[in-house]
Amino acid sequence: MLRLENCLIENGGFSLRADLEIAPGSRIAVIGPSGAGKSTLIEALAGFRSLSKGAVYWKGKDLSKVAPGKRPIAMLFQDGNLFPHLTVAQNVGLGIHPNLRLDDAQQAKVKAALARVGLDGMGDRKPASLSGGQQSRVALARVLVQGRDLLLLDEPFAALGPALKAEMLDLVAELLAESGATLLMVSHDPSDARRIADQVVLVADGQAHPSMETAVLLDNPPPALKAYLG
Amino acid sequence: MADCAQPIGARTGIGAALVVAALIFGTLAAVVLRAEPGRGLGSADWAALRFTLIQACLSAGLSVALAVPVARALARRRFAGRRLLIALLGAPFILPVIVAILGLLQVFGRAGWISDGLALFGLEPVQIYGLHGVVLAHVFFNLPLATRLILQGWQEIPAERFRLAAQLGADARATRNLLEYPMLRRVVPGALAVIFAICLSSFAVALTLGGGPRATTIELAIYQAFRFDFDLGRAAMLSGLQLVLTGAAALVAVKVAVGEGFGTGLDRPLQRWDGNSTTSRVFDGFWILLAAAFLLLPLAAIALSGVPGLVGLKASVWTAALNSIMVATLSTALMLILALPMATAVALGRGTMIEVAGILGLAASPLVIGTGLFIVIYPIANPFALALPVTALVNAVMALPFALRILVPRAKSVVGRYGRLSMSLDMRGLPFVRRVLLPRMRAQIGFSAGLAAALSMGDLGVVALFADPEFATLPLQVYRLMGAYRMEAAAGAALLLLALSMSAFWILDRGGRWHAEA
Repeated sequence: MLRLENCLIENGGFSLRADLEIAPGSRIAVIGPSGAGKSTLIEALAGFRSLSKGAVYWKGKDLSKVAPGKRPIAMLFQDGNLFPHLTVAQNVGLGIHPNLRLDDAQQAKVKAALARVGLDGMGDRKPASLSGGQQSRVALARVLVQGRDLLLLDEPFAALGPALKAEMLDLVAELLAESGATLLMVSHDPSDARRIADQVVLVADGQAHPSMETAVLLDNPPPALKAYLG
Repeated sequence: MADCAQPIGARTGIGAALVVAALIFGTLAAVVLRAEPGRGLGSADWAALRFTLIQACLSAGLSVALAVPVARALARRRFAGRRLLIALLGAPFILPVIVAILGLLQVFGRAGWISDGLALFGLEPVQIYGLHGVVLAHVFFNLPLATRLILQGWQEIPAERFRLAAQLGADARATRNLLEYPMLRRVVPGALAVIFAICLSSFAVALTLGGGPRATTIELAIYQAFRFDFDLGRAAMLSGLQLVLTGAAALVAVKVAVGEGFGTGLDRPLQRWDGNSTTSRVFDGFWILLAAAFLLLPLAAIALSGVPGLVGLKASVWTAALNSIMVATLSTALMLILALPMATAVALGRGTMIEVAGILGLAASPLVIGTGLFIVIYPIANPFALALPVTALVNAVMALPFALRILVPRAKSVVGRYGRLSMSLDMRGLPFVRRVLLPRMRAQIGFSAGLAAALSMGDLGVVALFADPEFATLPLQVYRLMGAYRMEAAAGAALLLLALSMSAFWILDRGGRWHAEA
């Protein structure tokens, strides 16, 4: 269980409250008007923002004081998910060991992950020689080898075209089905939520609301969401 | 967990800044303690102060006054070689002073090209030694800098403004009043202040072209008090005076300074609808040719006269060249050891104090630091034996402000762009430095290392204080050959020095950019 207990996140004059629970294995879309604090919530979970009040628990363990890289979390950002000076295989290998000292078994694991996302034999290339979709696949291969319990996506596929974005979300869904990890995904597109998420957390009016069934919420949106959806 | 969780600590950078501050203030304290209170300034000291101020004012005024028409011509004309000429305007920064002086002597000196030309008409040769020689050399070095600063001002006027002015029917004069004068009012004071500050601590130029009671700068007076009279008290007092002067000037320069734009292309196409008359074309052409000739002729002179001298270079010159390479290598390494942690710490937002420590190098004079180090070292070791490392250290601190200007913006963008990704992958500390920070900053590290190496290779300053007759760097050796009137050998050694400086810059700058992904 992921539990956000009486959390208060403050950033300048902006503040966001969250008091909610998320069951392991859920796929959550975090939606809401822009500027409502969707990314802020994800960043606080990942450890890039401190909590002014409250605590975050994963399986009963308090994560609030744990460094970002030590949390059971893999995260993909809006952009800059790959290091351009490292090869594809090195970028993936970072998910196993930040020092890139990999033994043969770990190298094989990197290779297998690349094959799983459809990039077999591309390990020696640099990110710049890949298409946008292929770069996203590299990042997902790294998520795969990280093997963390939670996956946070802060709109990493926003720059891709609609068809490619759908393809990536389907790949994410497959990988989650295999690993059983829990997904929290920021999105401003309700069709993304319908495509991959079984639950939705609405962030609006300085509050992250407890999750609801995707279809229920989107079919009968509350006023704040309705204004946003139009 | 702090709000600004970072992949790396700022402690090393703070440590490096403390080392720099300790070096600058420690040597200053050593100098001040040594200065005898109540002794006051003698008439020679007042003369040095007066000369320093007069030559700095004249140099700054002339450089900027000449740079305005040159920059305007470059801003509104397109011609073959324009890019090259603008790139060349950056070259004097890494050109060894002694090389330029030899070149200027061959063009403007008693036996130079201009005097030869005058002799054909039965006229007297021109004089280069004294105030006007010092100012001439300073204009040679700073006209390009002023031109770059002012050209940048011109390029920053949005093209839309010129279009609007043209649409309103503004002629050349109205355009000047509308757009160009306001820009100049903003840019010129900064350029004047920067060049004035640079010329205040002129040493090598005054050493070679000045001298005597009527053309001695304070830096030169420090050197003479130290070297000829071994009067540490007087050297210390002059150092204090110099420090007040450069400190005040640097403060003013930083206040009114404009961005220098080292690496910018300055080549944005700018369409102008005014100034298309024949007169203004001829006028612009005249200024461009004049500036190009002024910059290129002395360099051509060195190249021409240096080649014959290269053949018979003595072993002492090669030894000096080897010393210079060692000084430059050590100095570059020291600069990077100091600058990289400092730039990282600034990028982490631990700015102010560290940036101040970096700027101190601009205000501090190398001869003051040198004097202080001598006073500190003298009781415990033979300072002359330490000429090489001391020169390297002082050169590193002098290059630091420029290196930080190159490194800090890049470090900021690397930490900003990859800091969170690295932390989410648990890459902190050394893995972050080795795998992300250094590889991402390679081009900037190469550029700043190239500048530091070239500056150190060509430096004729503190080494003149510390070197005994047995030891010389290449610039010092060139100076000694000039002093012995062995001009052909001096020109040969100067050409070698020019080649070494430029190759050091080129190799390091290229090496940094080699296979570096954007």
